[in-house]
Amino acid sequence: MDLFLQELINGVTLGAIYGLIAIGYTMVYGIIGMVNFAHGDVFMLSAFIALLFLLLLTQKLGVTFMPLVFVLAALGSMLMTSVWNWAIERIAYRPLRGSFRLAPLISAIGMSIFLSNFVQVAQGPRNKPISNPFGRSITLTHGGQFNVTMSYSDVIIVVVTIALLAGFWFMVRHTSLGRSQRACEQDMKMAALLGVDVNRTVSLTFIIGAALAAVAGSLYLMKYGVINFADGFLPGTKAFTAAVLGGIGSLPGAVLGGLLIGLIETFWSAYFSTDYKDIAAFSILAITLVFLPSGLLGRPEVEKV
Amino acid sequence: MSVEANAKPALLEIKGIKTYYGNIIALKGVDLSVAEGEIVTLIGANGAGKSTLMMTIFGSPRAREGQIIYNGRNITKLATHEIARLGIAQSPEGRRIFPRMSVYENLQMGASLNNFAHFTEDLERVYTLFPRLKDRATQRGGTLSGGEQQMLAIARAIMSRPRLLMLDEPSLGLAPLIALQIFDVIRDLNKREGLTVLLVEQNAFGALKLADRGYVMVNGLITMSGTGKELLARPEVQAAYLEGGH
Repeated sequence: MDLFLQELINGVTLGAIYGLIAIGYTMVYGIIGMVNFAHGDVFMLSAFIALLFLLLLTQKLGVTFMPLVFVLAALGSMLMTSVWNWAIERIAYRPLRGSFRLAPLISAIGMSIFLSNFVQVAQGPRNKPISNPFGRSITLTHGGQFNVTMSYSDVIIVVVTIALLAGFWFMVRHTSLGRSQRACEQDMKMAALLGVDVNRTVSLTFIIGAALAAVAGSLYLMKYGVINFADGFLPGTKAFTAAVLGGIGSLPGAVLGGLLIGLIETFWSAYFSTDYKDIAAFSILAITLVFLPSGLLGRPEVEKV
Repeated sequence: MSVEANAKPALLEIKGIKTYYGNIIALKGVDLSVAEGEIVTLIGANGAGKSTLMMTIFGSPRAREGQIIYNGRNITKLATHEIARLGIAQSPEGRRIFPRMSVYENLQMGASLNNFAHFTEDLERVYTLFPRLKDRATQRGGTLSGGEQQMLAIARAIMSRPRLLMLDEPSLGLAPLIALQIFDVIRDLNKREGLTVLLVEQNAFGALKLADRGYVMVNGLITMSGTGKELLARPEVQAAYLEGGH
């Protein structure tokens, strides 16, 4: 029971991070019908940017109050990563819009390789560790096989994710930007006929996706205390799996998928084998694609015309 | 026979427009003008290029040759959304309702074109014109019947208080009674509010009766033009488009 509870906590926090990344995949897919394979590397990049801000604040500027440092680093990372992703869309994807469907996909794979290599060259290939800023944790149960704990990082991850998703959900449902996004998603040409600047809306979608990935990157850095140039691939691909499992194009689906993948991965590690945890997660991708191609909350492709 | 636009200056003036789909020419040099406050109709067989002309006015597809002048301004090279923001609204071919947005949200999309100025007022107005839409306000666009979608497409277009309203086959697929009702709405908007209308129709009889002037399009070219009454009286028009009568 203790083990179950502990893994549940671990799974939910990991799932929250996957969910935040998955939104970037699903939103971009929804609006321009393209799987942005560089999104995992954007996430990795954002963690590095957060790390650089962290070092800048603690080493150069001498800020010692860690919560403040983390908030500033996350905000800085959100800003910078948004600029990066805006530029990526502008340079690598927009010129290919209207080209054959595979073209932006190949461009995205190229962008992914570029980003990880760029970070490797610029930051070096070794792991970049930070000391755990919130070492303390809350002990939930005593006296079992071991004490079930929830670290401050875990609490922060869950709270930040819920708050962010609530705000994001409100934005998509009730603001005119959200409405324009959904309009572009459903019929880009008609949206333009109604005065929606499609290019601007797509740019904003990439910016929002990047900002959410940057929050995920900052939280990831905070929780695991280490980042490496190759860390974009696995979390990115798992977040993509999450988006597919939840139903690609569906925002609640991305979050649900993220949670499920996080839980599957941690429970598999706890009860079966850590070595095979990635296989467990990616088997889900294969199984979903074969048996439930539109995902858990995705819409089946029928529409009245 | 060709009838020039009235003394009023043209709100929309199309000069020698040529549009291509790849290497295939769809419009072979079209001239057409719509004066402020007029109802102008464009009739022609399927595939004549009527809808292509409607979309070319919005720059999608873009005209390869010729000029489109709106309100004295050359809009031939403007982006689609910029053209829309000049006060031109279209209910396009195929209606293009946002299927996963509610009726209300579809109307909001229309109103967003002029930043929701007069939103509640305009909403009341379209609900009065099409009471059915009020009943269905929370329903998703994709679940409406064809006729209801047509009403929604027109309502969405007039939510922005356009200066020029372009309607592409508003009576397509509608029961005759509802088609008449829609023609009544168009006439009403024109008479009461002076709305300028460019109307593409396959129901040539109804359209020519409604319109001040009309153009006949065949294979990407305008072959005839004149007042609605004149065109209705012409034997070629009767033979080609009014066969069987109405």
